[in-house]
Amino acid sequence: MQEALLSREQQVWEKLQLVTDPEITSVNLIEMGMVEKVIVEGNQVEVQLIPTYIGCPALNMMEEDVIEAVSQVQGVDEVKVSFLRTPIWTSDRITAEGREKLKEFGIAPPPLAPKQEGIWEIECPYCNSPKTVMNNIFGPTACRSIFYCNSCKNPFEAIKPV
Amino acid sequence: MTKSYQTPEEAKQDQAYLEVLSELIYQLADDDLVISHRGSEWLGLAPHIEEDVAFSSITQDTMGHAAMYYQMLEELGFGKADDIAYLRKPEEYRNALLTERPNGKGHYKEDPDYDWGYAIIRNYAYEVFKKARLDSLEKSSYVPLAQTAQKIKREQFYHLYHWEVWIDQLAHSTEEAQKRLNAAIKKTWDDLESLFDLGAKGEAMVQFGLVEASDVLKQSFINRFQAKIEGAGLEWPGVFVPLEVSGREGKHTPEFFAALNELNEVYKLDPQAKW
Repeated sequence: MQEALLSREQQVWEKLQLVTDPEITSVNLIEMGMVEKVIVEGNQVEVQLIPTYIGCPALNMMEEDVIEAVSQVQGVDEVKVSFLRTPIWTSDRITAEGREKLKEFGIAPPPLAPKQEGIWEIECPYCNSPKTVMNNIFGPTACRSIFYCNSCKNPFEAIKPV
Repeated sequence: MTKSYQTPEEAKQDQAYLEVLSELIYQLADDDLVISHRGSEWLGLAPHIEEDVAFSSITQDTMGHAAMYYQMLEELGFGKADDIAYLRKPEEYRNALLTERPNGKGHYKEDPDYDWGYAIIRNYAYEVFKKARLDSLEKSSYVPLAQTAQKIKREQFYHLYHWEVWIDQLAHSTEEAQKRLNAAIKKTWDDLESLFDLGAKGEAMVQFGLVEASDVLKQSFINRFQAKIEGAGLEWPGVFVPLEVSGREGKHTPEFFAALNELNEVYKLDPQAKW
């Protein structure tokens, strides 16, 4: 019995690998550091997520996507998603894999262990040049800023360190 | 050492605590809701496209902060978060007067003649106050509130910084810019006290260890705001103007009623709709 439960949890984690942030479709929720815990009790599954920005309109979509994906696991009748108040999501929670995939999407990963300061330095996700300038701390989504690379002349976005 | 409460269930066991706690959360939620509604009216009207992106992001974050507080009220048994946000009577809103002031003359849909100087100073004053209050809430006896404050602070850091960049840039530009900023500071000053008003249950909030006293928040506000204003060569008005009516007691301006009608217009059409 215990073995069966364990494998169901593993199946849930596998399904969660398919759920991405609808605004950054190359990175899944696990890589974003948003999945804290999966609790399997018989046919019921609870997925505990850590919200990035509460004002982020993608959160509701992610919730629905998680329910849809996890419902496909055989034997699962009920899926519940809960957003935790603690731990707090910080940009350091993005995994090493997630950081690489962000670059593929044209988004620079956030600086590691950031001290919150007004302006930070970041490498261009296209050419890795450090010769970049910030155009706007605020970008097209709550979690991103807009930069420009003076080396390869590309504008790009970066995950804002929080 | 005051008693701390780990969960909503625990807080609900203590009726006296619950009453005071909820009063504070209503103030926190309504301040963020109403100022972000005023922010949303600037959409498309900010001085340039980058500012539109920035200001609307700040507004979106702030609306999110309000949502967190309404969620807390829901957990404490005060009804559905969206209903609390949208369906209360105007006199049940506890926001400070400064947050509800119009952006200027006109309407965002028709002949908006908004005052960018006032936008900068009003929002900066609000954010400096908000930072002082969040610093205090981090030590709150209601643990979920302390955790929420920590989370909000990480986003709010950028909001505060944003308005400081505007002040530094404009204060060192033209004489007209300085004149407008100084006028905006005077105008903001008339309502400043409203932020620090904790309402009739204020003393109890402090006794329960929920938040620090107004004087403590004020000193923290003055330390940062005065240094920024004087450092930029602008005029620090000094003493706050005493409060005449209290938004914390549900007293609001006619402009607030109009704003609220717009804010809840869509939700009221069908409160059961799923978004």
